[in-house]
Amino acid sequence: MIERPVNDADLQAYVDGRLPRERRAEIAAWLAAHPEDAERIESYRRLAAELRDTYSPVLDEPLPEGLRNALRPERLRRAARVAGWVILGALVGALAAWELRGTQTPAAPALDPAANLARRAAVAHATYSPEVRHPVEVGADQEAHLVTWLSKRLGTQLRAPKLEAVGYTLVGGRLLPGEDGRPVAHFMYQCNRGTRVTLYVRSDMPANQTTQFRYAHEGRVGVFYWVDNKLGYALSSADISKEVLLDVANAAYQQLNPP
Amino acid sequence: MNEAERLVELIPRLRRYARALAGDRASADDLVQDTLERAWAKLHLYRRGTDLRAWLFTVMHNVHVNRVRATRPTDPLEDEMPELAQRPTQGDALMVRDLDRAIARLPEEQRAVLLLVTLEDMSYDGVARTLGIPIGTVMSRLSRAREKMRAMLSGGGGGGAARLKVVK
Repeated sequence: MIERPVNDADLQAYVDGRLPRERRAEIAAWLAAHPEDAERIESYRRLAAELRDTYSPVLDEPLPEGLRNALRPERLRRAARVAGWVILGALVGALAAWELRGTQTPAAPALDPAANLARRAAVAHATYSPEVRHPVEVGADQEAHLVTWLSKRLGTQLRAPKLEAVGYTLVGGRLLPGEDGRPVAHFMYQCNRGTRVTLYVRSDMPANQTTQFRYAHEGRVGVFYWVDNKLGYALSSADISKEVLLDVANAAYQQLNPP
Repeated sequence: MNEAERLVELIPRLRRYARALAGDRASADDLVQDTLERAWAKLHLYRRGTDLRAWLFTVMHNVHVNRVRATRPTDPLEDEMPELAQRPTQGDALMVRDLDRAIARLPEEQRAVLLLVTLEDMSYDGVARTLGIPIGTVMSRLSRAREKMRAMLSGGGGGGAARLKVVK
């Protein structure tokens, strides 16, 4: 047998049981002749066992409330294609539960698409608008890139309306998974007092549906939404009155749906 | 099974890794929540057919590193930096006999490698991909992590903890 040199990577792999049988035997033989190293390797093995013993019980711990909700089988089945929402629902747990508290209407079995739009927009608003460090994926400093990117992903030319006239400047935007995992665009605006509104845009509304403004609220989150053919828009805020939000929504509407 | 369901199945493993990474239960579960939220938002970036677990642990690693950076004034030293002289640690070793605390004292990047290899039984190659580092770096971090742990847990016996001898 030709003796190959033993290097450190061999010894680590020996500890982890990752060596082919033949090499493993060589290392074992080498260790037999080097008791100090053998002792060291043995202590590495003990450490690995101890780590597993110490932390593996976590695997059997019951999941915390929020995460447990995500695991309800019937919710998973019902939401199989959009299970991401189930997870999100659990994740925003505390926040959303609080933001949306007082919501009397449990999700109706078959929401009409426009109402569903408003509900999803409200959840997205509750999730992202309180973010301090990462409110958006792409900032307004790269507005052109943001709009091009989101337009490409949604398969239609989008616009981020200018809302300075009603006191709101663009913070940026992000891509979200919508129904059936189809992409949704999410733009965030902020006024100089720090209040935020978000515009949720999906491009896969059932055809030939055009609606006027409608208003919905989920707990503290108010939403004005409208549908223009395949495009669905929802403007949400948790911090301003319905009247002020209507002004903002009108400004957006006029730019997005020019007469 | 779709990605979202598989993601849910991986939650206990994320929690185990996070517990060892973050120490206490509350911050570990915070880390898991942030990770899942981010993974959910980024799911469109996951390429079907690739290793979802590796992808998810990459997300967790990034979330964790960002948090650590945010709470620490400086970045950790690179692997290549020479080790700084340290005061004698015999006394300290007695205090950090506890596994948790020893783990907490490992440099961030060594801890991640040791935990992924040991707890997740992830291949060295998988660890390299998950952490975005070359496999040689995985091996050297693993080796350092083990040696540091041994020194800390052996009550100062690591005084002579000869760094790995490379035998030719």
